[in-house]
Amino acid sequence: MLAQQLVNGVLLGATYALFALGFTLMFGVLKVINLTYGFYFTAGAFAALFFTRYVVASVWLALPVAAIAAGIIAMACDGLLLTRLRRRGAPELSSLMVTVGAVLALNSAAAALFSPDIRRLPVGLVSVESFNFWGVRVTTAQFLVLGASIVLVGALIWLLRGTRVGVAIRAVAENPEAAGLMGINTGRTAALVSFVSGALAGAGGMLIGLNFNAIHPYMGEEMMLRGFVVVIVGGLGDIRGALIAGLMLGVVEVLTAGYIDSGMKEAVSFAILVLVLWTRPSGLFGAPKLRRA
Amino acid sequence: MDLSWLDDFLWTYQNVIHSVGINGLLALSMYVVLAVGQLSLGQAAFMGLGAYSAALMTLKLGWPFWMVLPLSCVVPILFALAIGLPTLRLSGVYLAIATVGLGEVLKALYVNIDYVGGALGLTGIPEATETWMIYGLLALAVLAFWLVARSGIGRAMEAIREDETAARVMGVSCFRYQLGALVVSAMLAGIAGALEAHSTSLISPGEFGFEPEVSILSFALLGGIGTPIGPVVGAFILTLLPELLRGMADLRLVFNGVIIVVAVLFMPEGLVALRLRRRSA
Amino acid sequence: MSALLQTRNLTRRYSGLVAVDSVDMEVHEGEIHALIGPNGAGKTTLFNLISGLTAPSEGSITLAGREVAALPAERRAALGLARTFQNIRVFSAMTVLENVLTGLQPRRRCGLAATLLRTPMFRREERTLVARALVALETVGLAARADEPAGGLSYGDQRRVEIARAIAPEPALLLLDEPAAGMNPAETEALGRLVRRIRDGGTTVLLVEHDMGFVMDISDAVTVLSFGKCICQGTPVEVRSSPEVMEAYLGQKVAARLAQRFAGAQAGRASA
Repeated sequence: MLAQQLVNGVLLGATYALFALGFTLMFGVLKVINLTYGFYFTAGAFAALFFTRYVVASVWLALPVAAIAAGIIAMACDGLLLTRLRRRGAPELSSLMVTVGAVLALNSAAAALFSPDIRRLPVGLVSVESFNFWGVRVTTAQFLVLGASIVLVGALIWLLRGTRVGVAIRAVAENPEAAGLMGINTGRTAALVSFVSGALAGAGGMLIGLNFNAIHPYMGEEMMLRGFVVVIVGGLGDIRGALIAGLMLGVVEVLTAGYIDSGMKEAVSFAILVLVLWTRPSGLFGAPKLRRA
Repeated sequence: MDLSWLDDFLWTYQNVIHSVGINGLLALSMYVVLAVGQLSLGQAAFMGLGAYSAALMTLKLGWPFWMVLPLSCVVPILFALAIGLPTLRLSGVYLAIATVGLGEVLKALYVNIDYVGGALGLTGIPEATETWMIYGLLALAVLAFWLVARSGIGRAMEAIREDETAARVMGVSCFRYQLGALVVSAMLAGIAGALEAHSTSLISPGEFGFEPEVSILSFALLGGIGTPIGPVVGAFILTLLPELLRGMADLRLVFNGVIIVVAVLFMPEGLVALRLRRRSA
Repeated sequence: MSALLQTRNLTRRYSGLVAVDSVDMEVHEGEIHALIGPNGAGKTTLFNLISGLTAPSEGSITLAGREVAALPAERRAALGLARTFQNIRVFSAMTVLENVLTGLQPRRRCGLAATLLRTPMFRREERTLVARALVALETVGLAARADEPAGGLSYGDQRRVEIARAIAPEPALLLLDEPAAGMNPAETEALGRLVRRIRDGGTTVLLVEHDMGFVMDISDAVTVLSFGKCICQGTPVEVRSSPEVMEAYLGQKVAARLAQRFAGAQAGRASA
């Protein structure tokens, strides 16, 4: 029983990690808490839904479609909403406020357009088979989720560590002004980071939609709470921290649901968030640092 | 003189009149945090805490409304301290994140706790709120904020909003002002919640989530935070507009969201772009 | 003479870089003390350490005998420390007078209750503070423009608003970060008179400045920083003839040649 729950927790945590990764990357490089991030998650799930229903019922094609569609939306949002503020050197809270307004407008528009009902991916998209390892049951969908998460996280780390583009992204994260002076096109880097983050969110949206077999306009908003917990516990902008914290949160949620009450999941994760803010505000894995000396 | 038409009018539109005033109070609770350069996305959550704690005091403990109303700010203030004390020592995004989280969590908790009525919420709350209470409190709050804004405290708040570092080297303790503002804000929102609960006689978890929260922000940004009047005007406009234009009720939230985007990008001073004149010399 | 400000082993490291390296510095009461050094020597970091905007990695800072290294900036301000910024930071939406009144905020005794009730004490205090702010504006020569929005003033006038704001609470120690930057010779000269007047009013001044003529003319003492280290401390004359300082400013080769010529000239004079 415990083993089964730990496995379920890790599998759930993998999607949380994937979701939070893009969010923390966006903050780390662009220094913006972008609340429209939850919308990219929803957008990815809906793109996959429409693609599999009306074009081809293939998971392997739907995943890149979801990622690219969400990535493009993310790039558009960043360009329309945040570029102007970045150029003006506006305070971080202005950017945050713009995304707060935008996400309300986008979510409400999506709900008005698609109705807030729960939709499901076409039956038979993934086999309903499940595998049994020493009494622990893992479904095909769960395997798919885990595999896709590992591949995407690996691809992101390769992009950041192993390519010229990654060097540019890290330079902008460190010091945008200096990076600009050294000839890095900061505008293009911002667009690229938005695309990558949005793509991660979109892929996450499809995978969660697959895992729980439920897609609706408010799924991204519900997911944002997990995103906040993961990025704060892992440390804002800390990619390694987000991965570990994501897995931890998945396990904690599954255990809370199993041993306490499934209605207490959110409260327990939020209690962890507040506890971390009180004790280690820069995250469990970062050096403690305060704004005020 | 025959004033029965006024009675009819008030009776017919009582709900709208109440919600306009309550939204005015909420807009002020948002104003006071924005005025010290912070963003709290927990106003609806604080309102919910006030509404639920007040409703429980009335329904389960049977306390009279004159006792319940002032006590309704206690729980919101405790939550404001629990979240404000750690986050206000960090950069502004932490308060925003923690308060958004608070709203989502409380919503989930209300739904899952049977004692507070679960997803259906609490019903049968006596309608103890009178119109004069709402508008009396609103007038008092505007007056108090006006007096504060036109004083050294208001100057320090504006300094913090404009340039926190410069304010600090002049000896202004940003942390104390910001924590104070958050507590006052939670207090106002909590009382607004109690008024709301005892006006509509029912409350449910959905009233205190992300959407109402962001709508409160849109009130404040439409009005601008240069004066305490601005946010109240913003609340009046954005509460009455959907009532007048029935057709756009569906798109009300989209509209509120767009207001925020437009306000931040194009009119950072707000609609009521007034700046308070402080008497000098 | 007792030191008003004293730093001991003051150090600030950033990842892989030591911006301020075990600096021991003393600023005495009643003097005008200049902090000079080539670009990137760590002068602004040292100012931020002293005013509390940056936390030191190591070392102590005492202000009038009191250890302040662990205190936040706002507490140090209340203890009599004031500063201006290299890139001007006036509150541009406020009027000039409001800017200066903000500087007097820690002197305020009336709380929220007195503010809300507009008690006689509140009114009296407001009048006293406005009078004090006007005195500070008089000192910098901006009293006539008290009610104009500060953001609309010229660069030089905004600089003076910042100084007025800093001196209004009559601080024990005033830090000026490049006050003469962007000023023409006439303005610089007026600034020199202003700084002396501030010192004569009882405020000790520590300033960072690149204009050497200005520094040598005005200072009682000079501290030279280079690559985060304090390489020389003394009177302007001592500092000017110090080989280490010449080296830091001009590079080794030029300094050696100058020293040679200096020695040659002295030898020539001796033989004459």
